[in-house]
Amino acid sequence: MDNLNLLIAAPILNVQLLLDGLMIGAIFALAAFGMALVWGVMNIINVAQGEFVILGGYMTLLLVKYGLPPLLGIPFAAITLFVLGWLLYRLIIWRIVDADMFISLLATFGVSIMMQQLMNEIFGSDVRTAESGLGMSYLFNNMVTVSQIKVLAFILAFVIGLALWLFLKRSRLGQAIRATSQNPRAARILGIDTGRVYAATYAINAALCGAAGALVVMAWSIHPYAGLPYTVRSFMIVIMAGLGNLGGVIAAGLGLGAAEQFAGFLLGAEYQLAFVFLLLVAVLVWRQINLARKRQYLK
Amino acid sequence: MNRTTYHYLAIAVLALLGVAAPYLFPAYLSQFSKLWLFIVLALTWDLTGGQMGYNSFGNVVFFGVGMYAAAAVQVALYYPLAAYTAAKGGGTEFIFNTSQFLTGLAAGLPAAGVLAALTAVALGLIILGMRGHYFAIATLGLAIAAGELASGWDLIGAGSGMVTPTPPDSLDTTTLFYYLSFALAALTFVFLAWLYSTRYGLAINAIRDDEDKAEAMGHHTIRNKVIAWTIAAFFLGMAGGIFGNLSKFIDPIDVAFNGAEIGVWMILMAILGGKGTLWGPVIGASVFYVMKELFWTYLLGWQRVALGLLIILIVVFFPQGIVGWLKERWPSRFGPTAAEMEAADAKGEA
Repeated sequence: MDNLNLLIAAPILNVQLLLDGLMIGAIFALAAFGMALVWGVMNIINVAQGEFVILGGYMTLLLVKYGLPPLLGIPFAAITLFVLGWLLYRLIIWRIVDADMFISLLATFGVSIMMQQLMNEIFGSDVRTAESGLGMSYLFNNMVTVSQIKVLAFILAFVIGLALWLFLKRSRLGQAIRATSQNPRAARILGIDTGRVYAATYAINAALCGAAGALVVMAWSIHPYAGLPYTVRSFMIVIMAGLGNLGGVIAAGLGLGAAEQFAGFLLGAEYQLAFVFLLLVAVLVWRQINLARKRQYLK
Repeated sequence: MNRTTYHYLAIAVLALLGVAAPYLFPAYLSQFSKLWLFIVLALTWDLTGGQMGYNSFGNVVFFGVGMYAAAAVQVALYYPLAAYTAAKGGGTEFIFNTSQFLTGLAAGLPAAGVLAALTAVALGLIILGMRGHYFAIATLGLAIAAGELASGWDLIGAGSGMVTPTPPDSLDTTTLFYYLSFALAALTFVFLAWLYSTRYGLAINAIRDDEDKAEAMGHHTIRNKVIAWTIAAFFLGMAGGIFGNLSKFIDPIDVAFNGAEIGVWMILMAILGGKGTLWGPVIGASVFYVMKELFWTYLLGWQRVALGLLIILIVVFFPQGIVGWLKERWPSRFGPTAAEMEAADAKGEA
């Protein structure tokens, strides 16, 4: 626990960790929006979420390879992933919308390991990162450094969250999505093409993950097998926030990011992933204890 | 020939094959050992997943715990464990003679089973209150966390893994481990066949069919769930112990707590064969093992793509499994007999 003493001796380090954590958390929240949407509307937990994020990162690297600015990668990754999401829905996902949830868990897990190795074969297994071209900001007499790409990620998470909320509330398709999530049968009777709604939902989810992935590759690094932690983080955030609560998703995402930074610093980087997964179990146990008191169950 | 005859005929053929395999296929003996262990994995997964309706992604935790426990006990009986792992198990000073190796194994394997079972009790009391996919995801988290924790723990070799004790040259370990694996598979199968015929078997089926109702009727659902998981963990732990010795090297993430491969394979084997049936996991494991070996031999580098595709195909198009399909297709030959249905009814009312 040497690092704990360090934190107490140099309080400014706390600020550094907190800022880093909040900004990384914003990226987590972005992927979690998508998971909340797919979960709420289609009753599917998409295990391939993390692979969408990583693929978004590779799309950005593809742009960089052709000499284009990596910031363009954010919309580019979103668009390509949107198309991929639509295709995946038409090929596989539509068959499991009405199935038992365990079936959809396993099927999307299958998609996820397929994508892992495909990315490994196509893009190579190295750890990759992209230079965003944005600089660093120095705060508090140069004691705290913040890379501007993370600030951008932070702002984007809020903007996209707001846009998503407006889209669901105002647009025709958004209303159809909400109607389908409330009662798919009634929606079908009222003339909504629920198949198209599901396809759009899944594609939007993939697009959100793609944008998050573009930010991840600029702020951090990616490799083909790094997806699962993002899936788990999204899942955790959605559980903490509850379905259909976009504000909660942002709050939970930021909290998770900060908690992870502090844990990584205190326990050492090699335990950071273990912390994420144990936190997942802890969150589930905590929810279960709360619900058991009310004689309800997690189901 | 009625169904019971088939049943006993199949058991007899399998038992004969199991005993005679070292003479028939001496070249493929270690593959056969793994096949028997895979059958254990599928059978134990099906105990909670198929019979009780609790789909776990994390049974591999018990497999890994057993693997480490067996290796640790085998070493610790004769040498200080920390020095052994620090030397990466290589070193010339850690030599096991025949009796040391055998006693280590005799103590290590039961210890592996017991430790895995204790882990299951501790974890089960905490997370078996969750339902459905929350349980599934929680176990997924546990499996990966266990791998990460093991690769940070120096006593068991941390990230660089642990070498299991090297057997003396005079000992034919291939045959030894083959018979151990076969015995474990046979024991698991017989035990589960008996278990499913008891009232306890009906109780866990009731949990699968309607847990709230089972609880309302006075079943101690949590207790029954923990017991089932513990039984699964005990056999899994011993399977892990043998598997560790077979592969001779325990890597925390790629061998012991390999949730993305072994952890998913056991689910897939059970589903492929037919969830919630006694024979399903046995058939599923055999079919899957052959497919997996083919993938890993001919599709190296693409094996996970093939596996992912296989997962999707199985769960989307073939969720009832081989045995389930047989039962649908020829209910007279493979479905439950009238006598069994009556017996089940009578037991249910008792």
